[in-house]
Amino acid sequence: MPDAPDLELIRGEIERDHPGTVLATSYDRQQAALLVDPARILDVLRWLKEQPGHRYDFLSSLHAADYLPAEPRFGVHYELINRDRVERLRVKAMLEAPRPAGPAAAGDPPPPAGQEGVPPTTSPAGEALPEIDSCVELFPTADAQEREAFDFFGIVFRGHPNLTRILMPDDYVGWPQRRDFPIGGEPVTFTYNERRYG
Amino acid sequence: MADATVSTEQIEVGEDRGKEVMTVNVGPHHPATHGVLRLVVDLEGEIVRELRPVIGYVHTGIEKSCEDKSYWKVIPFVERMDYVSYFFQMEAFCGAVERLIDLEIPPRAKYLRTLFLELNRIHSHLVWLGTTALDLGAISMLWYCFRERDKILDLFEMATGQRMHTRYFQVGGVIEDIPLGFEERCRAFAEEMPVRVGQYQDLLDRNEVFLSRTKGTGIVSRERLLELGVTGPLLRAAGEPWDLRKAFDYLAYPEVDFKIPVGTVGDNYDRYRVRVAEMVESARIVAQCLDALPEGPFIADDRKYVLPPRSELSTSMESLIHHFKLVTEGYRVDPGEVYYSIEGPRGELGCFVVADGSAKPARVHYRDPSFVNLQAFREMAVGGYVADMIASLGMLDPILGGVDR
Repeated sequence: MPDAPDLELIRGEIERDHPGTVLATSYDRQQAALLVDPARILDVLRWLKEQPGHRYDFLSSLHAADYLPAEPRFGVHYELINRDRVERLRVKAMLEAPRPAGPAAAGDPPPPAGQEGVPPTTSPAGEALPEIDSCVELFPTADAQEREAFDFFGIVFRGHPNLTRILMPDDYVGWPQRRDFPIGGEPVTFTYNERRYG
Repeated sequence: MADATVSTEQIEVGEDRGKEVMTVNVGPHHPATHGVLRLVVDLEGEIVRELRPVIGYVHTGIEKSCEDKSYWKVIPFVERMDYVSYFFQMEAFCGAVERLIDLEIPPRAKYLRTLFLELNRIHSHLVWLGTTALDLGAISMLWYCFRERDKILDLFEMATGQRMHTRYFQVGGVIEDIPLGFEERCRAFAEEMPVRVGQYQDLLDRNEVFLSRTKGTGIVSRERLLELGVTGPLLRAAGEPWDLRKAFDYLAYPEVDFKIPVGTVGDNYDRYRVRVAEMVESARIVAQCLDALPEGPFIADDRKYVLPPRSELSTSMESLIHHFKLVTEGYRVDPGEVYYSIEGPRGELGCFVVADGSAKPARVHYRDPSFVNLQAFREMAVGGYVADMIASLGMLDPILGGVDR
């Protein structure tokens, strides 16, 4: 782990090359994290991956979280490893939940999910979704993990080659791991119940 | 008359069937997919031209369910994700929570956890070796491997009361000390295991069928594996000595002596050799943990997070109150987030926990090594024979409970 002063040094170096990308740093429970402007996430990830002397070139995990009462609401976390220095660094981007789509957007037929080159920016129900650039080009390992984040949180990764549901059924509606999605309540049909209760 | 059921006509085949690309569905229920994994495979003759794994058949929403459980109730849930390496799942979660609440676990607990993790690693590799060798036609390996696996399960049962899904690790340590007689049996096992591994190698290492099925198949370069985020024995078989037990400081690993086996070419044979060598190293760690097992408490003495000893409940009012509060409400964790990863039998097993100040985690996410490693499967299999695809899948060792969670 880079310690707190190291983290500030890294932040300073990134800021020198890409001003305004790092919004904050946090050093909490011995874990270092950079809070990054979601619009410039690829600049930061590319810098961390390719900058000589840093080379955080192994993305060990990409995951999302929903901090519901908080605003911005969604967090995408990139757990990077520098294997030379054996250090971990978390890059975190917070995404606003977009306002409900206007009447113009609702009138248009929504683009079908998962078509090549046309990532869905709205769900089939016409709901606007938070967006961030995909890092599959930089880290091919993010492919399945970005699909998982899309599947469970409805976060759209722009430029992902095949952004479809991965664990939930393809025709599923809703984003199950959002905090406002209820636990349970999936109807399970058993023929016994149908016969008995109709 | 005897030929009445056999047609003597030659079937006329218009085009060359060898050039036709045929899409075949493998699974989801098939013994060779090691779980509920579906593969959509494009075949040209016997050559795999394209392959898409379809997962999600055993998705049970464990991560979501964990958000509705107080911290100590999450432990038995996460054990059921990767159902072959349950001690690792527990350790990832307990370690993450311990880092969130900044709770140091006593040395004896560290050694006991290391001991059980390594027994679990041997167990997991034995399941892998038995089933994979079975896929390759060596049925006796299954019986031999499961014979040793049963001894490990007996040890688990002796110490924890359960053979699988033991709920043995707790936040702060382990739930019970090892019983009398455990050390002796465990030591006997740790001495026996390297001998058994030698016997497995005698069966397989010069087995012509096994060699020709595994050597030179399923090769993916080290650089590509790193790009794909592959960790664990698959990466080490390609020559990259990356092991979180050595890289990061957790539990008793800095204090025990063990080696990291690596391969050279990264074919299926190297993957087999690396895992088999890991079993011997794990047996060495088990023996060292028993030798160096420190005296003292097996769980931290922090009544805000850890249940008081059972004997105190009938004499101490405070203990009774703590016990009641911990069991009914659980403990609150200050807001924060922690990603804690350990070296599981299949690679980096990470647990990401977000606390929001309540007694339930706001988010529990597992970075499952099988899930990430499965992305390398396409490149292992494309261009090879169908039979090699099955061999590669076995050597990849995915546990679908962990993939789908």
